[in-house]
This record gives sequence, C-alpha cells and structure tokens, in this order.
Amino acid sequence: MYKVVTVLGLALILITASVNAKIVHQERSLYRNILVEDKGDLRCLKFRTKSTKSQQSCYLKSQPHQLVFNYTKLIMTGLLFNPEPQRILIVGLGGGTLSNTLAQLYPQSQIDNVEIDPAVIKVARDYFDFFENDKIKTYSQDGRIFIKRALLKKQSYDWIILDAFNGDYIPEHLLTKEFLQEAKALLSDNGILSSNTFSLSALYPHESATYKAVFGDFYQISNRANSNRIILVSKKGFADSTIDAKTLNELDGKLTNYGVNINLLYRSMVYTKNKKNWPENTRILTDQFSPANLLNAN
Amino acid sequence: MTNSLQNSSLNSPRYQNIFIYLLAFISGFSIMGVELLGGRILAPFFGSSVHIWGSIITVFMLSLSLGYLLGGKLSTRSPSLKIYGFIFVFAAITLLPITLFSQELMGFIFIHVEDSRYGSLLASMALFFIPTVILGMLSPYSVRLLVTNSNESGQVAGKLYFISTLGSALGTLATSFYFILWFDINIIIFSFSGVLVSLGLLAIFINRIPQLRKVEPSHV
Repeated sequence: MYKVVTVLGLALILITASVNAKIVHQERSLYRNILVEDKGDLRCLKFRTKSTKSQQSCYLKSQPHQLVFNYTKLIMTGLLFNPEPQRILIVGLGGGTLSNTLAQLYPQSQIDNVEIDPAVIKVARDYFDFFENDKIKTYSQDGRIFIKRALLKKQSYDWIILDAFNGDYIPEHLLTKEFLQEAKALLSDNGILSSNTFSLSALYPHESATYKAVFGDFYQISNRANSNRIILVSKKGFADSTIDAKTLNELDGKLTNYGVNINLLYRSMVYTKNKKNWPENTRILTDQFSPANLLNAN
Repeated sequence: MTNSLQNSSLNSPRYQNIFIYLLAFISGFSIMGVELLGGRILAPFFGSSVHIWGSIITVFMLSLSLGYLLGGKLSTRSPSLKIYGFIFVFAAITLLPITLFSQELMGFIFIHVEDSRYGSLLASMALFFIPTVILGMLSPYSVRLLVTNSNESGQVAGKLYFISTLGSALGTLATSFYFILWFDINIIIFSFSGVLVSLGLLAIFINRIPQLRKVEPSHV
C-alpha cells in the first residue's frame, strides 16, 4: 500500500510539475549549455533547451534519494552480480544522483566520479546536493584518460558505470574495442561494468558487436519509452546466469526505498546468448574505426 | 612517332600548369584530411576536449608557416618539376610514421607527460610537424613553377591558393563525412600517402620528357 501511494504521489508530482517550469540556473560551459530547471518539487539538469532527449539528471527536492530517472534504476541491475562493490567508478557525473544513491547504499565503499566538464561538477554541488567526502571523490578529466592512468597506477574497481553519453554528442573514443579492453583490465576479478547507452539508431548493432567481442555475452536492460538501454557485462563472463532468491530478496530490501523494483528489472533482463538481435558480420568499433556520431545520426 | 607526339602534348606548358594545379589541389586535400584525422588519432591517449584541437591546429599552422618559408627559399635554386615531385614523395614518406608508430609514441608521451594539454601538443608535434612542413613547401614552389612574368604573379598566386584551399575544404568534408564512415584511419592515411607518392613520381617522370625530346633529334 505504501508503495502504491508513493508511485501515485510521484506521478502526481510529475504531472503537476510539467505545468510550469522555472529555470533556476543557466550557463554556457566549455562543452555545452547547462540548464537547471525546477518544475514544482522536481529539479532537472538539462544540456540544451527544448529537447526531451537532453535531460541528464533529475531529483525530487523533498525526496532527494528517490531515483527519478528510469535508466538510473536500470543501472542498479549491476548489483545482482556484485552485491557489495567496494570500489566504484562512475564516468559521467550528471547531477551526481547516482553517486549520492550509491553512497547511501554503501557508505563503506569508495566512489570515484569522473566528469569532463568542471561546470557540471559545480552545478551538481550547488543545485543537486551532490555529496563528497574522503571516500567519494570527483575528478574533472576525460574518462578514457582517467582509466588509462588508473591502469598505470595498478588500481582496480568492482563496478564501473559508464554514463558519459547524452543524446546529442557521443565521445567516440569511449565506444571502441580498445577502450572496453582498458575498462575490462581495470575491473577486479568479480568486477562488472554497466553502460548506459542507446537502443535505437544505426549505432546499435556496432555497439553490441563491440561489447560482445570484448566481454562475451552480456545482459541488456532496455526501456523502450525513452530509448535507453543498459549493457551489463562482467569481467569473467556470466557462467551462471541465474540469481538466487536470497540475493534478490536482500537487494530488493535495500533498493525498494529508492524506487527500484529489482525483481521486475531482473525479469526484464535479456541475455544475448539467448537472444542476439544484431547481424553476425557487424563491423566492430575500434580506435581506427569509430564513426559513432555519424551512425547515431542515421 | 606517336610517342613524341604524346610527349609534346603532355609537356606543353598548358598541360603542365593544369598538372601543377591538380597537385596543389591534392596537397591541400591531404593536409586537411590528415589534420581532421589528427583529433581521432590523439583521442585515445589525450581525450577529445577542446585543447586537443588547440594542439593540432597550432602544430599545423606552425608547420605550414615554416613550410611556406622553406618552400619559397627552395624555389630560388634552379626550380624544376623534378624537385617539386620529390617534395611530394618526401611528404608521402613522412606521413607513414603516423600509421606505423603512433601508438608507441603516444604511449610513451602519455606516461611521461601528465598534463594532457602538453601531451597532446607534443604528440601532434611528433606526428604531424614534419609532413605538414613538407606539404606546406609545395604552395610557394607551385607559384614559382607557374609564374612566367612578374605581371601575372599575383593572379597566379591567387588562382593557386584558390585551388589548394578548395582542395583543403573538400578534404575536410570528404574525410569527416565519408572516409571515417567507410575506412580505418590508417587506410585513409596510406591512401593519402599513396596518391602523393604517385603524383610525385609522375611529376618526376614528366620532368624527364623535355630532355628526351631534346636528345632525340641528335640520335636520328
């Protein structure tokens, strides 16, 4: 009953929110136009006006730890395969909501956020209650450079979350086979990687084939409504792909307060070994061949 | 002799000038094609921030400026289509390290230079400086080969810059719209190199024709 009320409440807020929006902050950074917009209780970070695709991060000011965005909920499926990540790397900060949620869930864990745009980091701090301490750090750097340097320092992560793509422009060097190999090398033995990408456009088969080439079979969790898909891969592959009821229940207990229904998400996961939906001879993306933006425009 | 007929037509100043304009077009095309690929070559090691383009454009402008100076100087010493052809051949050869050693070189710089601004500047220098200087030499050298009297020098220079810059525009467009969608970066650079070396050898060959013609009558 409590759940139903929350859902209804949330729906009501979202509906009333769409009536009148107010721009709280606006700035042009080195990379983009940044907008912070308030619609009632809902505050959103946007990277350009008049495009629903460009919403980066949203949170409810009264309930800052509810995950409002569908794709951030989908990302939580990574926890099914690694329920206690000690070291987490998030590439692409947005409003910092993912970092905040994970910091609450795992106060003992180390979280490194990497965001290329210093202006986004500042906006996250000033407008989205983005929380940092000696365990939660933020680096203003290109994701690929950060990962390369972390490898040189012999570091490793239990969970890498790639959330560096917005609808308008894709950093093409973060989609290639070589990049994924570097990210894989940075994972600990039980490490997993969740990547928030697209499910439409001509890029889809190329991206899928590239992940498969580096990691083997993977899980996809898509959301047809706003064309997000999460690719979930594991360093050692998914030998045993069933999750036991105990893990599910424990995780459900943890995540339900954040608006995440992990049982539902678990059922909607698609394993590429059982269902592969791109052509066999798809060309993979490499540092030599990565026209991601041209493909995405088609 | 059909051969000498062909020779004389190929060697007529009119055709020779068209040939030089074509070469200038191709060099302009290649310069900007390589420059555009530069961003993609550097990205895996130095990211895709705006300072990458700062490094690349700086290096290209610097090397072109030096190339113009050196090409102009070289054109004062017995200019010929042969030397012109050799410049093309050298430019083609110096493009090859981009395909052959760029990974090792950028890896080395990445380890030793923490700041990706200076890293990308050094890497651009190491990869693009020499070929771009040599390609830059071609413009003033072309002017020297085309100008026959001082009255028309401005007009010839104008026409040459028109054609070579048009080449640059098309090189940028073709590379960014199509080549990267169809080919690997190395294939594109090998192709630029292959076209430059072929045209250079053709220039050297054409240069030999007048000598053949001059020699022929004495043999008969």
